[in-house]
Amino acid sequence: MDGSKLVKMANQIAAFFAAEQDRKVAVENVAGHLKRFWDPRMRREFLALFDTGGDHGMSELVVAALKTHRATLEPTSQ
Amino acid sequence: MYSNKVLDNGTPARTSTKTVALQIDGVQITVPEGTSVMRAATDAGVKVPKLCATDSLEAFGSCRLCLVEIEGRRGYPASCTTPCEPGMKVKTQSKKLATLRRSTMELYISDHPLDCLTCPANGNCELQDMAGVVGLRDVRYGYDGENHLQAEKDTSNPYFTFDPTKCIVCSRCVRACEEIQGTFALTVEGRGFGSKIAPGPTDFLSSECVSCGACVQACPTATLMEKTIADAGQPDHSVVTTCAYCGVGCSFRAEMKGNEVVRMVPNKDGKANHGHSCVKGRFAWGYATHPDRVKKPMIRRQITDPWREVSWEEAIGYAASEIKRIQAKYGRGSVGGITSSRCTNEETYLVQKLVRAAFGNNNVDTCARVCHSPTGYGLRQTLGESAGTQDFDSVDETDCVILIGANPTDGHPVFASRMKQRLRQGAGLIVIDPRRIDIVRMPHVEANFHLQLKPGANVAVLNAIAHVIATENLAKLDYITARCDLAEFAKWDAFIRLPKNSPEALEAETGVPAVQIRGAARLFASVPNGSIYYGLGVTEHSQGSTTVMAIANLAMLTGNLGRKGVGVNPLRGQNNVQGSCDMGSFPHEFPGYRHVSDPTVRELFSTSWGVPLDGEPGLRIPNMFDAAIDGSFKALYVQGEDIAQSDPDTKHVLRALEAMECIIVQDIFFNETAKYAHVILPGSSFLEKDGTFTNAERRISRVRKVMPPLAGLADWEATMAFAKALGYPMHYTHPEQIMAEIASLTPTFAGVSYDKIERLGSIQWPCNDKAPNGTPVMHEGQFVRGKGRFMVTEYIATEERTSRRFPLILTTGRILSQYNVGAQTRRTQNATWHDADVLEIHPHDAEQRGIKDGEFVALQSRKGDTALRAVVTERMQPGVVYTTFHHPESGANVVTTENSDWATNCPEYKVTAVQVTPNGKPSKWQQEFASFEGVQDSLLPKKDA
Ligand code: SF4
Ligand code: SF4
Ligand code: SF4
Ligand code: FES
Repeated sequence: MDGSKLVKMANQIAAFFAAEQDRKVAVENVAGHLKRFWDPRMRREFLALFDTGGDHGMSELVVAALKTHRATLEPTSQ
Repeated sequence: MYSNKVLDNGTPARTSTKTVALQIDGVQITVPEGTSVMRAATDAGVKVPKLCATDSLEAFGSCRLCLVEIEGRRGYPASCTTPCEPGMKVKTQSKKLATLRRSTMELYISDHPLDCLTCPANGNCELQDMAGVVGLRDVRYGYDGENHLQAEKDTSNPYFTFDPTKCIVCSRCVRACEEIQGTFALTVEGRGFGSKIAPGPTDFLSSECVSCGACVQACPTATLMEKTIADAGQPDHSVVTTCAYCGVGCSFRAEMKGNEVVRMVPNKDGKANHGHSCVKGRFAWGYATHPDRVKKPMIRRQITDPWREVSWEEAIGYAASEIKRIQAKYGRGSVGGITSSRCTNEETYLVQKLVRAAFGNNNVDTCARVCHSPTGYGLRQTLGESAGTQDFDSVDETDCVILIGANPTDGHPVFASRMKQRLRQGAGLIVIDPRRIDIVRMPHVEANFHLQLKPGANVAVLNAIAHVIATENLAKLDYITARCDLAEFAKWDAFIRLPKNSPEALEAETGVPAVQIRGAARLFASVPNGSIYYGLGVTEHSQGSTTVMAIANLAMLTGNLGRKGVGVNPLRGQNNVQGSCDMGSFPHEFPGYRHVSDPTVRELFSTSWGVPLDGEPGLRIPNMFDAAIDGSFKALYVQGEDIAQSDPDTKHVLRALEAMECIIVQDIFFNETAKYAHVILPGSSFLEKDGTFTNAERRISRVRKVMPPLAGLADWEATMAFAKALGYPMHYTHPEQIMAEIASLTPTFAGVSYDKIERLGSIQWPCNDKAPNGTPVMHEGQFVRGKGRFMVTEYIATEERTSRRFPLILTTGRILSQYNVGAQTRRTQNATWHDADVLEIHPHDAEQRGIKDGEFVALQSRKGDTALRAVVTERMQPGVVYTTFHHPESGANVVTTENSDWATNCPEYKVTAVQVTPNGKPSKWQQEFASFEGVQDSLLPKKDA
């Protein structure tokens, strides 16, 4: 899927959760939202994009969510 | 003979807890204080003759037919205007009364055409009935005196006629227009014998009339009469059902002659509408039998092939084989389905069940994605349940309404009439809308504040209001302490008090003078009961979910949740948006809003459905399009939804449709999406099936079949056949069994059954052991999630920005007479009021560009361009233009962007940067649209001559 669109969507999500003062919770919330609402292929492609190195314009909170919660974000089916 | 007369108590019910005891014709009766003698008499089983009184209107006392004798009183008071008093002794029959009544009737009849036998109202005329009741046999004055028998008939309204020769000037119509509808279109002109009813200086069509039908309903004679009755004659039976247009969910009696509907009459016992209606539900039902209806299934291999009409079996067999082929080639996740908010709960439930159980994935979504998905998310996060908190009746007890991003007089007309009644009684009104919508100022209603914000600034305005309430210490801290999560509140409170959230600091962003925001905040915080009503102007933004949360924050902050008169009230767009969401149409949730990853819930459904179920969320509609263009999503089953017209960024949508190998469209018409389809399954209209709809107040009402499905199968039957062909047979013989399954699997529906709906008329979920008769008001005592949760709602402006090239903001909406993509209403005479989408533009912007009213203009955005006619109007603020999307050829969505809500991907229809230029010609897209339409038309089977 269009990687730049996924990045834009993830950044929007992170922008909302950035208001959370507790950094750990903010990172968790971003990862949790991706896990609950993004279909496996979106997460898989997003992680693959991330793995190619560089941040591809991902916000710092998104990068942190991907790093910290990588295992949770890996799809379990399809 | 069938009688369409329902019991009429003469005057409205009173609700006082104090009672009055009296005697009527020797019968002892006790009634609430304020009840009229006439109503008390009906309660006692005594009918008093009447003409000008009816129980939907306050008594007026003009016909003098309802006279009674009261012991100890002189004269003959009118029973409709006389309130009961303790110990009264009333006589409704006496020789003298009979003579008086007969003379009154004589006067009426002497000025009335004596064509009863050929009159369309024959048999259902109150004047005729009363002549019989008072025993009128002859008219002593003869019929030659001065009369109104030459007056001309007004046939300008497409749906009803006004024949003044039959008018008895009882003014029921005038009062209905004022009291019930709130439009004030009719007046009584002149006095005495010369008085007559008039829709202003012109005819009905060019008057203020909005064709709601309330006057026609109230008229006791054939003066105001539906044209269908004049054409087809009086009905022979009727069936109670629910309107299939908007989320108000009005209850109607479909009056029938055999299998043919001759009239839709609003149901007095309907709890959503209490006997009122709007032009769509009341009159615009003719589409159901329109010649354009698709009546035979069709298939083709490619979209360039001609269509072939085939049997249901062949069409469904082909569809199923394609799904299997595609899944074998591209994987289980390469197919999906879209449920419809126009179909019944039972049908929606079956489509999501088919996707989850037979397709074996969670790629199911619904058109609610593009309207109210942020409501589901936002209210769940803050209050714990994805639904509005009140019933419509609640508005009767509100003291101030905030109306944000909704235009109820057009979108939810019957509820708007209720709201206007309360506003006329003095409740405050704060309108937050970029346009000066009608309710800002109309007869006897004027908003205290119109915060005319810039499109996209909802969160900023709501934050500013909350800032004022918090910093001026107007918050209801006792309520918050008792009912909300205090740690979350403390975080939110610290945030909202920041100077950046003050109305002054945000003025440049919102475009609203700070003093107005401060005034509105103080007003809302000061009333005992404040309520918030909102629509798609809230949800269809990149910050849609944030705005819904900001609304919930504001309601908690002011203690306005958990009782009558208050609450957070999403006005749902389509008839069954609430229902389609409840029924598990979202890719991440099973019915009852339970996440697919929850193993206990998954186990429950998996056991009941007899198949393993996927625990990963599926694709949402916009994601399906992206995946289709990317090559991983290849087939789609769409029931009752026209994604090619209603979804934003049309070119992108069409690219996605073109990229798919099998599109199965189930619809009553050959819609825009059908042009890209490979299988057409004929849909059934709401008149052709049994089921239920759930309206914006969570009210589950029955939809009843009044005629057989035109193409042989109701939608739920077609879905069952499809499931069977996929190797997953379902075994229902009636939608009632589907509802029983839903109830067995969904805690909030546990107590719902067709039997109970039959008994109660309708049920508002949650309905279970705790609330066996349903729940009109939610969150009483405590929130569904336990403690209410304030959410920090940072204002983040949309990325869609104006520029030198695109200096204006386009926002979209709809109008009264048309509905959504217009597939239904365009096929009715509602087109009389609106036959094309237009572009509203402020005089200043028009003048700057040399644009004249009525001129064809070009509308361009970064995404695409189109052309339509301009209407120059001061309803708009400078810098903002507006259009509707009821007609496919106007291509409003060619211009809108793919921006969407951060949480739910609900598209940002309401903000697009555009340029408008004069001398518009059909755009390239429009030309291509027209030629593609020509090609697709030529591929359709020839219609029988
Ligand atoms: S039009 Fe009908 S309701 Fe109106 S005044 Fe005449 S008779 Fe009464
Ligand atoms: S149809 Fe409705 S708006 Fe029109 S005159 Fe009658 S009551 Fe008024
Ligand atoms: S208000 Fe809505 S539900 Fe009621 S009649 Fe009009 S369209 Fe139908
Ligand atoms: S019904 Fe009472 S005066 Fe007409």
